[in-house]
Amino acid sequence: MRIAVLGAGHVGPVVARLAVGAGHQVSIAGSGDPARIEMIIEFLAPGAVPVSAADAVAGADLVVLAIPWHRFGSLEPGMFADKVVVDAMNHWPPADAPLGTSEQVAARLAGAHVVKALNHIAYQDMEPADGRPAGLAGDSPEAVGLVAEFLHGLGFDPVPVGPLTAGRLLEPGSPLFGVAAGRTDFEKLAKEQS
Amino acid sequence: MTTTFGLDTFGDVTHDATGTPLSHAQTIRDLVEEGVLADQVGLDFFGIGEHHTPEMPLSAADVVLAAIAARTSRIHLGSAVTVLSSDDPVRVFQRFSTLNAVSDGRAEIILGRGSSVDSFPLFGYDLADYEDLFEEKTHLFAEILKGGPVTWQGKTRAPLHEQQIVPYTEPFPTWIGVGGSPQSVVRAASHGFSLMLAIIGGNPARFAPFSELYRHALAKFGREPLPVGVHSPGHVAPTDEQAREEFWPHYLELFGGPLGKSRGFATPTPESFAREVGPSGALFVGSPETVAAKIARTMTTLGASRFDLKYGIGGLTHGALMRNIELYGTQVVPRVRELLAA
Repeated sequence: MRIAVLGAGHVGPVVARLAVGAGHQVSIAGSGDPARIEMIIEFLAPGAVPVSAADAVAGADLVVLAIPWHRFGSLEPGMFADKVVVDAMNHWPPADAPLGTSEQVAARLAGAHVVKALNHIAYQDMEPADGRPAGLAGDSPEAVGLVAEFLHGLGFDPVPVGPLTAGRLLEPGSPLFGVAAGRTDFEKLAKEQS
Repeated sequence: MTTTFGLDTFGDVTHDATGTPLSHAQTIRDLVEEGVLADQVGLDFFGIGEHHTPEMPLSAADVVLAAIAARTSRIHLGSAVTVLSSDDPVRVFQRFSTLNAVSDGRAEIILGRGSSVDSFPLFGYDLADYEDLFEEKTHLFAEILKGGPVTWQGKTRAPLHEQQIVPYTEPFPTWIGVGGSPQSVVRAASHGFSLMLAIIGGNPARFAPFSELYRHALAKFGREPLPVGVHSPGHVAPTDEQAREEFWPHYLELFGGPLGKSRGFATPTPESFAREVGPSGALFVGSPETVAAKIARTMTTLGASRFDLKYGIGGLTHGALMRNIELYGTQVVPRVRELLAA
């Protein structure tokens, strides 16, 4: 797959590194000029290609949003139409927002197929993925299927938890957030919460 | 590069033997004794991390460092970290330069963006600005460290024009604490600051690319090699079992309690604790031999010349902390030196 990772902070390079390792063609964008993150990517995610956000998204089968939530508003929404978009962001610090981040992402990125995933696993727990359960929530079965395939390839055990509104189950404050549990316990926790 | 070993603490409130929390004042007086003991057992550095909560009341750590300086003559004293994003770089410099004078050149400072965010609302900063605040304030701090009159303009404080910032003292080591932000690694290299990797969860080896990035960036910016340090939490007791038994309940309380929740930490389980305490985790909890072996391995993997053990999780007794300091200084560090030389 062609993967676009938006964000070159704590999480983005880790996801990019895993994706390169899984054999994907990976582009990565920070904020602004791609040259600013060249050195970082050379060492932290060798094989991923630093490009602008627009270029990364344009050529991608799957886009991972790994930018701080407060920067989400600065993304140009038009370029995401028809794209499968993984929302790996969190309200930070945890906010009592009326909607989960993914519902807000889907509302703003009209035409995108948004799937909540990877936000509930700390970046230091992603490597190695070691078959760790990775929850995902989305309204489009095709998009959820594609993201599940992607997560599986990274070494996670994808666990669908429901439609996009169920993405809140994966957010800070939920017992699923950051939990180190096997699949059975993970599914049980998800069921108890929904 | 000279190998050095230190202790860091967040000044967590200690408890008495019955489990009753001691007062903030007593905790702070005990902390001075801990710093003095760290000097007596031959450690190179004692650092106090800025926090602003009832469980961690060390909001003005430099005052405590000055008290320790007055009773010691060898150990270096510093922050771990100073939350520069929500402070004034001019004032931070003034305090640490004064500490440098009081201690006869033993001040160090570790600057951080702040992973605990309590200082942002306290001092009227918006958390959404934390990256920009740190970027700009680090730049100003680097300008002040050059020693001359400072002319500076930015968005986060009043401009400075040919401003003398005193007291002048000898330059003191300045580090940037990095928890996982690659931009902070590059920033440290660009200013010629040393790199302190804060490794508090997961496999320390995953930080190896950060060390490589840092060394490469230093070379690219035309700077001499500088130390890479590691800060990790732990607890040393005579045996592995005792260290784990003492540490675990307080670790569970801290990370499973409101403080941990507010920062998004998962509640630890016996399994997750065992993984972190094990050979590829980030907790340096155990007997002197176990902890020494893990430190030596981590320093080698990361090319680090400095290791700071963050000791003293809230709820332990002052006595347990003193024993930890003594074991670390008299047994762990000499053993690490042996292992590194082998």
